[in-house]
Amino acid sequence: MRKNKRSLISRFLYSQKIAPYIFILPFVLSFAIFFVYPIIKTVILSFQGMDSSGSMVFVGLKNYQSLMNPHFFKAVRNNIVYTIIMLLLVIPIPIILAVMLNSKNMLFKKFFRAALFLPSLTSIIVAGVIFRLLFAENASAPVNAFLGLFGIQPITWQLDTRYSMFLMVILSVWTAIGINVIYFLSGLQNIPVELYEAADIDGAGYWSKLFFVTIPQLRSVTIYVLTISIYGGFAMFAQSYIFWLTNSPEDSGLTMVGYLYKQGFEQGNLNVAYATGIVLVIIVFILNVIQLKFFGLFRKEDA
Amino acid sequence: MVTVKTRRKIKAIISKILMLIFFVFLAFLALLPFYAIVVASFAPSERLFIDGIRLNIDPKNFTLQNYITLFTDKTIYYWDWYKNSVILAVLSTVLGLFLSSVVGYALAVYQFKGRNVVFLLVIFLMMIPVEILLLPLFQMEVSMKIINTYAGVLLPFLVSSTAIFFFRQYASGIPKDFIDAARIDGCTEYGIYSKIMIPLMKPAIGAMTILLALSSWNHFIWPLIVMRTNDMLTLPVGLSSLISPDETNYSVLLSGSVLSVLPVIIIFLFNQDSFISGLTVGGVKG
Repeated sequence: MRKNKRSLISRFLYSQKIAPYIFILPFVLSFAIFFVYPIIKTVILSFQGMDSSGSMVFVGLKNYQSLMNPHFFKAVRNNIVYTIIMLLLVIPIPIILAVMLNSKNMLFKKFFRAALFLPSLTSIIVAGVIFRLLFAENASAPVNAFLGLFGIQPITWQLDTRYSMFLMVILSVWTAIGINVIYFLSGLQNIPVELYEAADIDGAGYWSKLFFVTIPQLRSVTIYVLTISIYGGFAMFAQSYIFWLTNSPEDSGLTMVGYLYKQGFEQGNLNVAYATGIVLVIIVFILNVIQLKFFGLFRKEDA
Repeated sequence: MVTVKTRRKIKAIISKILMLIFFVFLAFLALLPFYAIVVASFAPSERLFIDGIRLNIDPKNFTLQNYITLFTDKTIYYWDWYKNSVILAVLSTVLGLFLSSVVGYALAVYQFKGRNVVFLLVIFLMMIPVEILLLPLFQMEVSMKIINTYAGVLLPFLVSSTAIFFFRQYASGIPKDFIDAARIDGCTEYGIYSKIMIPLMKPAIGAMTILLALSSWNHFIWPLIVMRTNDMLTLPVGLSSLISPDETNYSVLLSGSVLSVLPVIIIFLFNQDSFISGLTVGGVKG
């Protein structure tokens, strides 16, 4: 009887109908425990707060209203400015570099590909350690020494709020260019040769082939890079942390994740931190949906 | 005819030279920071306070002291951080490969109710910054008592949506005939995965090994939150803990940074192609 039961169970588990559900179990469990549950908790707690007796009560939009402060606005502004600058730099430049690296007139392709890519292997923290030294405030620190050649006075890079954004951007650009070049190179190599042959027959020149064949064909890679850049731009934290930890001068390096971290882990305003998280996810989600709609990714994938 | 040809040749040569010069300049910019930190790591760390790093190599100032400190100073935790980073990278890669590949495989090969929903959720997760979950995940781990443990760092991000997506795409390209043939031979569904699919997915596994190991090695904000004691930190978190407004330990910071990147660079140089195919499928989130 027991044996029979076991074989029933095992036949059930081994059946072709049940097997896929067992295979997807890791994702379903992980999604439920480490995503759905915390997200529900975040939503609920973002509407709660401590009352005078110390118990949790529903407070409506109070936590969200308390985000209406100059620090949080500054954080949002920093994320937006940072993301826009990054998008303007780490998409067009890598496309140009990838096209050049892919051209038949390029020498030592593999070497240059590796050289441009190496920075992408370093963590933001190690990259930040290096850039802190390159952009140190001493007159003899590399960047100041270089600028000194043109008679420019030494700059206190990390203390001067005018340069905060620049420091975070240049650090990210250094680590991001190489990997994006690799993305676009793999996109270029997937373009069917026939398209170029057809363009040749039509008498297309170099530039018209670039604008009418190459760039449109890079669309899906570009969408991918755009998506992860928006994600990275709004989830940015380490770039600021490595220069100023959590206290940048006049919040010049404060980001939304940094604000969440400060509220949640340093100042103990947990409910405000929850509200911050919700605002952040809504912003990124809306941006990505707009972006994907605009470029028609859903349409293409569903077809 | 000849003149057109020669003119074209000259044009090609000029463009070759110009591109070469341009890329030498770019490579210089890309590699200069590496050069800077290596040179700095061999200079006396006391000098750093006074004049910052210098890019010229000064034989008079050459010293191995920073590296000697790293290996002999018993008060620093650097090798604990190294050990933690290695263990976490190995565990998250091995477990992540297994747990993500089975999901990707099922999404590609089976027709079942809910498949499209699961696949959409996978794509959706790739676009959501997990940073918003730091706080609830942290509190969850406090109640599970896994703060300051490897499990605490590993569990929430073990199943990688990027890896699932990649395995799904890869397995979709494998002909179904293999699977049907195995079924006729009496293979169970799990046998098909382990005996047929794993060997066929080898290139994908190689690529994902690199992606998962590198993102674990460079992961910052989550281990920063989970690991609470000095001996449990990972390399990026430990190195960042050396920076303080009052007194930064440059000696360990510089030599330690160099030794934390070096293995990654060496592995890359020997496996360039698999690195590149591994990284083109998903971003490396810092």
